[in-house]
Amino acid sequence: MASSKHRMSNEINAGSMADIAFLLLIFFLVTTTIAEDKGVLVKLPQWSEEPPPEMKLNSRNVYSVLVNAQNQLLVRGEQMKIEELKNNTKIFIANPDKRSDMSEDPQKAIISIKNDRGTKYHTYLEVYNELKAAYNELWEESAMAKFGKNLSELTNTQQKEIKDAIPLVISEAEPTKFGEEK
Amino acid sequence: MSRFKKKQGNVTPGISTASLPDIVFMLLFFFMVVTKMRDTELMVKVNTPQASELTKLEKKTLVNFIFIGRPTDKFKSKAGTKPRIQLGDKFATTDDIPLFLEKHKVSVAESQRQSIITSLKIDMDVSMGIVGDVKTSLRKAGQLKVNYSAKKRERTK
Repeated sequence: MASSKHRMSNEINAGSMADIAFLLLIFFLVTTTIAEDKGVLVKLPQWSEEPPPEMKLNSRNVYSVLVNAQNQLLVRGEQMKIEELKNNTKIFIANPDKRSDMSEDPQKAIISIKNDRGTKYHTYLEVYNELKAAYNELWEESAMAKFGKNLSELTNTQQKEIKDAIPLVISEAEPTKFGEEK
Repeated sequence: MSRFKKKQGNVTPGISTASLPDIVFMLLFFFMVVTKMRDTELMVKVNTPQASELTKLEKKTLVNFIFIGRPTDKFKSKAGTKPRIQLGDKFATTDDIPLFLEKHKVSVAESQRQSIITSLKIDMDVSMGIVGDVKTSLRKAGQLKVNYSAKKRERTK
């Protein structure tokens, strides 16, 4: 009996468990890089060897954005600040005042973007982001007007209906060879 | 008063640390799950720009990464200071991209191959020349879904 009593009291000391766990914890803390895998999703156009077919486009439907090697913006022949780009793009696509120099219909609107080889990636992405933001805001506004809900609360078919009414068309031209870095 | 005196006489028990391992293990498991071991060492400096219209990359197995940036100090002597492309764990040129994409493709189930996304992690100070070349070779290889990696910021007013 005495020996069994002795065995009962002889448990494994769990006091050092915390230390071991802490050690592992600190190891994982140090090696962790919480992945920020987010980004601007873009669909590139299909590659074809032939030059693209000549298309007759009414110039009022084309919103051309040029970004030069000095990271300046030329929108439809006029300089513009990046901060103004989104709102101007929205006005161009929706054309609320039915102006004759802006898109006939959101369906027909085309955004064309062209950059130099020397353009900073930072500027390019910012411009692309602003153009995408313009579309996202238009979609959200139209979701509110049509269904009275936020875009994310709509069903897939409803979302598609809105995105088909205002299709996102951002075409990218081949860059010009200016200002490549050494 | 006598009641208070009696209490003072007691030895106050220390806080039990028995649950400490449990708490620590909980934290440990959290970090073990969240951790993504960086399998490739970054040989180029990549500081992604900020953007507001972000899409999250959901399935990690369907994503391959292309890094573009200037070589870090450690590799400056070997690779120079011009912006370079890093594929996997080595420096590469645009000609290596089709093979790189193909290698990743075979590791993905056939039914999911059309939803492969290429994540471009590009330093914000790189000029568009090299980025355009990469884009062209991605298009030639038929990899059209691209994600420009960026950090979150608020939309401008």
